[in-house]
Amino acid sequence: MRVWRWVFVGVLVAAFVLRIGAFKLGRSHHTERISGSAGDVLEDDPVGRLKVFVYELPSKYNKKILQKDPRCLTHMFAAEIFMHRFLLSSPVRTLNPEEADWFYTPVYTTCDLTPNGLPLPFKSPRMMRSAIQLISSNWPYWNRTEGADHFFVVPHDFGACFHYQEEKAIERKILPLLQRATLVQTFGQRNHVCLKEGSITIPPYAPPQKMHTHLIPEKTPRSIFVYFRGLFYDVGNDPEGGYYARGARAAVWENFKDNPLFDISTEHPTTYYEDMQRAVFCLCPLGWAPWSPRLVEAVIFGCIPVIIADEIVLPFADAIPWEEIGVFVDEKDVPNLDTILTSIPPEVILRKQRLLANPSMKQAMLFPQPAQPGDAFHQVLNGLARKLPHDNTVYLKPGEKILNWTAGPVGDLKPW
Amino acid sequence: MKLSMLQQSYLNRRTNSFRSAGGPLDSSSDGAIKSPAAIFWLVLHGLCCLISLVLGFRFSRLVFFFLFSTSTSSNMYASPFRSSVELVKTLDVHSVLPTNPGKSFELPVVNKTATNSRVVVGRHGIRIRPWPHPNPGEVMKAHQIIERVQREQRVQFGVKDARTVIVVTPTYVRTFQTLHLTGVMHSLMLVPYDLVWIVVEAGGVSNETAALIRKSGLRTIHVGFNQRIPNSWEERHKLESKMRLHALRVVRERKLDGIVMFADDSNMHSMELFDEIQNVKWFGAVSVGILVHSDNSDESDQKQGEEENQRMPIQGPACNSSNMLAGWHTFNSLPYLGRSAVYIDDKGTVLPRKLEWSGFVLNSRLLWKDAEDKPNWVKDLDLLDEDSDSPLSLLKDASVVEPLGSCGRQVMLWWLRVEARADSKFPPGWIIDPPLDITVPSKRTPWPDAPPELPSNEKVVINLPEPTVKHTTTKTRSRKRSSRKRKHEAKTTDTQVSTRHQEQN
Repeated sequence: MRVWRWVFVGVLVAAFVLRIGAFKLGRSHHTERISGSAGDVLEDDPVGRLKVFVYELPSKYNKKILQKDPRCLTHMFAAEIFMHRFLLSSPVRTLNPEEADWFYTPVYTTCDLTPNGLPLPFKSPRMMRSAIQLISSNWPYWNRTEGADHFFVVPHDFGACFHYQEEKAIERKILPLLQRATLVQTFGQRNHVCLKEGSITIPPYAPPQKMHTHLIPEKTPRSIFVYFRGLFYDVGNDPEGGYYARGARAAVWENFKDNPLFDISTEHPTTYYEDMQRAVFCLCPLGWAPWSPRLVEAVIFGCIPVIIADEIVLPFADAIPWEEIGVFVDEKDVPNLDTILTSIPPEVILRKQRLLANPSMKQAMLFPQPAQPGDAFHQVLNGLARKLPHDNTVYLKPGEKILNWTAGPVGDLKPW
Repeated sequence: MKLSMLQQSYLNRRTNSFRSAGGPLDSSSDGAIKSPAAIFWLVLHGLCCLISLVLGFRFSRLVFFFLFSTSTSSNMYASPFRSSVELVKTLDVHSVLPTNPGKSFELPVVNKTATNSRVVVGRHGIRIRPWPHPNPGEVMKAHQIIERVQREQRVQFGVKDARTVIVVTPTYVRTFQTLHLTGVMHSLMLVPYDLVWIVVEAGGVSNETAALIRKSGLRTIHVGFNQRIPNSWEERHKLESKMRLHALRVVRERKLDGIVMFADDSNMHSMELFDEIQNVKWFGAVSVGILVHSDNSDESDQKQGEEENQRMPIQGPACNSSNMLAGWHTFNSLPYLGRSAVYIDDKGTVLPRKLEWSGFVLNSRLLWKDAEDKPNWVKDLDLLDEDSDSPLSLLKDASVVEPLGSCGRQVMLWWLRVEARADSKFPPGWIIDPPLDITVPSKRTPWPDAPPELPSNEKVVINLPEPTVKHTTTKTRSRKRSSRKRKHEAKTTDTQVSTRHQEQN
């Protein structure tokens, strides 16, 4: 009996000590787990959960375009090329289309660049249409579902609307042939014509090696309160302001240009990445389109992103709880940005920094070469896996046709 | 002619931008028929062009925006649109007009009535708040946030188990004492660790020094040393070494626990230094940048030594490729032979010793009489020769020194010796209190802004019994400040307060 009592006391003491140990560990731990609306899914492994079949298109749709302009590998739309390369060597790929859950069409629609490096979207609808005609005539899988189990990567400004000007993009709407397909795009804005229900939003491509070479020691104290480098007025296209960024960037400049807390300017410093690591908040306002690589850079460098874009849909919104990580400011509240930012309690700020310090968060924003577990490629596959199993409306009855192959502007119907 | 071209482009623009061109517009599209509405629009357009010429931006766009935006008027912001607010108000009258022809117009602004989004494509106003300047309350809150973030960073990534920093500073009362000591004091006040400041003063504890270091709010130990600082640099360096050893004895007596570093009062320290010295185990060395101001009056030597002048000489540990201590970088005093200052108030360059004290840090337990884990390569403090040149004399074996600051590659403190020279001119308004025994009338009149009842104290003095130069009452302090402001326009007078003679005593 006495032995049991001592054992009991010993167990109590051990439990007490272990609890203290857990306490200490919790406090000194400087990251926090991230779980979004879909749960704690950032670290899921898509292998075994889905199978993707990659169509073999003639090289005029992908390789030849890339050969013509290798700049496509480094600009912010490079995700479409890297996604293709990743899928070709991924264990998710299957060579048997009968067992595939998803079908991927490797067509590089964003690789037609001006001398300045900006992509021209004018040929993209025709290119896409031509690719779809090819796959629908050579394989039966498109006609089986009219594309509902196919996915396409369209990283351009307004996704599959294939235009850089918002008004024109809204006018064109999404390419009619892609009505039923899943679109993987960088653009995301709620209640917008160019964002289809069920699309997967991805971050724009930012070169991982370049960012990692500019890391500074973590103990460097963060002394800049708000940091931003970029245009406020697009002098070439919209000199008076009001169109560019819906006037939000100009409002930031006019209200805070003499505020010492706001380190904002249009310069291009060589220490841009290092400065971001010394800042507490980084502004990520919209430009001509609501998304920008600044979000990726802010996450990598641990700077809390201040997102000024109404109704924006951020990358992997179901896996990452952006509300808890970034600060969202309505465009109409921009003149009160300093009040908003200074009234955030310090505990909330520290928590956001802990969430940003989570390495799986940083990994999810990148497209590293070669692919690493938890990176953006895997998040796309996870997103596709979460949409499985396909429901019955995906498969068409024989003879049923939903898509209108002649819809859209006349210019799009010309063969490419 | 220009006006007709403008008309044409205006009409073209309108037909392009409005997709469903209504009835009234068709009639004006060929340009020949002039209905009253068309004439009105022409006149209005001409007026807008003139206004644009004056203001410098395309005014007509603004007009169209305000006239033709549809029912989603939530997008019409009343924000001041730069300088055109009053002009906008005058145009409100015309907003009545488009009710008739407006039905057939459709601005491409609103094209998503199908979806109930509140975001609208098109032109928006730039919102500027009435007083777009920083609010001091918010600036303070932001600084508190930054402070909290940095504290958290220190907790997470900084030094764990920080030890107390024990700072040893030899000083004495002289002209530049306040200048130098305030610099060191402010650096020490910023150090985020516990600090003990041992100030050893030559000539005994004085009230000036005590008042100065009391302002720091740090834990200070003010120790007097009975000798006065001699006139030559050589002697002064020797005496300062003795003063530092005296301070080390204080550390031993009081059994202070921490890291001892030597902060001379005219040196400059960076905050990273205090973080780096926390890494020392027993005895460490850091690199010291030596700031020797060259004497510009010697032209030929400057041209010769120009390459050397580019790089700052550094004293400190030298490492080999495996980051082990291999030797020492010392100061090369050959170029300065014969030109260096001998007396404290000389014009020449002041040279450092071979290895300065300030480049060394040591664990205070090395000095204790009885510490458990004291290594055996340290000599006992009491048995030390009084003439030791650097803390290395405490060691039996110099190879145990730990090189800090990524093996001496980082320079985190800078050595400098600057003292008032014999030909220094002091800002006017310095008052010597108590008044000096011998006064000589000055040759020029006093300053124009000085009150006429200025006592005739600030004069050249040959021999002084008491070396007190820097006593300042409140009255003189304000005058000194105002006179410092007007320094650049001050006339130089013959009044020179010479401190050399005071220091001789």
